[in-house]
Amino acid sequence: MTGVSPSSPASSGETPEKPPGVSLRGASLSYADTRVFHDLNLDLPAERMTCLLGPSGVGKSSLLRYIAGLTGAGSEIAVSGRLMFGGREGAVSNVAYLAQQDLLLPWLSVLDNVMLGSRLRGEQPDRQRAFGLLTQVGLDAHHGDLPAKLSGGMRQRAALARTLMEDRPVVLMDEPFSALDAITRFELQELASELLAGKTTLLVTHDPLEALRIGHRLLLLTGAPALIETPIDPPGDPLRDLGTPELAALQANIMERLTAARQQARSNTATGAGPQT
Amino acid sequence: MMKLARPLIIFLGLLIVWQLIVSLTGVAKFILPDPLSVFSALYRRWPELMSHAGVTITEILLGLGLGTVMGCLSALVIAQYRGARLWVLPVLVVSQAIPVFALAPILVLWLGYGLASKVAMATLIIYFPVTVAFYDGLRRTEPGWLDLAQVMGGSRWRTLMQIRIPAALPALASGLRVAASVAPIGAIIGEWVGSSAGLGYLMLHANARLQVDVMFAALLVLAVFAVCLYFAIDRILRVVISWQPDKAL
Repeated sequence: MTGVSPSSPASSGETPEKPPGVSLRGASLSYADTRVFHDLNLDLPAERMTCLLGPSGVGKSSLLRYIAGLTGAGSEIAVSGRLMFGGREGAVSNVAYLAQQDLLLPWLSVLDNVMLGSRLRGEQPDRQRAFGLLTQVGLDAHHGDLPAKLSGGMRQRAALARTLMEDRPVVLMDEPFSALDAITRFELQELASELLAGKTTLLVTHDPLEALRIGHRLLLLTGAPALIETPIDPPGDPLRDLGTPELAALQANIMERLTAARQQARSNTATGAGPQT
Repeated sequence: MMKLARPLIIFLGLLIVWQLIVSLTGVAKFILPDPLSVFSALYRRWPELMSHAGVTITEILLGLGLGTVMGCLSALVIAQYRGARLWVLPVLVVSQAIPVFALAPILVLWLGYGLASKVAMATLIIYFPVTVAFYDGLRRTEPGWLDLAQVMGGSRWRTLMQIRIPAALPALASGLRVAASVAPIGAIIGEWVGSSAGLGYLMLHANARLQVDVMFAALLVLAVFAVCLYFAIDRILRVVISWQPDKAL
């Protein structure tokens, strides 16, 4: 297990990092007889976007769901570990969540979807703020439409506005742009990077280019049970120009590590080593 | 235009087939009357038919309302409380092994010859399809929506009201469509077993006097009402659940 060590300074020479927005210590998660991760440590730097990469099935989404408090309970699931937000334990109420599917409720208008959190908590929704956020994501003209009327990219924009409406310090995103076409994805990466500035964000993605473009820090989750490798802090600030030789080399390096991890997983499956139980 | 004309063409086609069968087979009038005799009976006995239809329609609508309310409440309780699910659901499923029709004489015995026994019969017959359909919808809520509600800090009650119930409406709608088509059966069976009014009573009464044309006229009134009821409910559901893609309705 390679826990995330106290961060190495970014090569761009930025100011020393703030204390972690989210810390996870000794986290373990098992489903039935499969150990997804064991004794895992993780730090998400405050007000930075951390991108979590890894081969499919390694447990990226499980880790994100763990932080979101969505691992659930049951005889088949074993969960342990300490989760801290800004140095204090617990409080999942710090988190906003954006999934791969937009999860817009089809019977509510776009504006009502953005205000869903208030409705679920029995609070008076702030329509003006919701409308302002829809304007920021470019959907003000569609505030009264049902989600079925929107394109995939517009729906994910609405979901982003709903996430921002929650106004939580920590934002967890599980491959939110993976179902979109390349151009829309590119636009949304930019929008998310701008609108989530100042929030502690964890973005689970399978796309190294996406991570390199908008992440302050990249983490690789590999193995079974999954471990976090030494973090990668790409040079410069997001939104990076991916054309530089330095980033191309980083991308090649990440691809190499992901390919090796996948091959390792396959050979484990073939030899029956599989996930530890 | 064709949409409006089609039912009329089908209706006229059926009348022609009916008339042809009567004319070609020469079947006795007390076995199968020709359409004209039925329409003549409909015209002659119109006030009487309408008065009996009023009784039957009241029974059907009351049964439909009561069965829907009871079915929805049961589904909500079963979906929300594990205890209810473990103890009540098996009883509910096993109770369906009892043919509801067989209960009709008992209901008449308990509730009398009046409205109550027929309403109870219609209620019983639609209770199960409504309960099962709504419960099925409630337990199949998109897991992502529930995750979202949990992260947003939504209470169980508000998540039920804001997400689970609206999400289950298309499933409930399927149950209500079934209910709309079987509720008349419950009312008529109830009337056959014991009653002093209603289209079912009128049919039995006419049957005893070999007034087959009146029987058919009563049947026609019942069929027209049943079709109107189904389409009215279908229309209302489409408006209420307009967000649901039409193909799924």
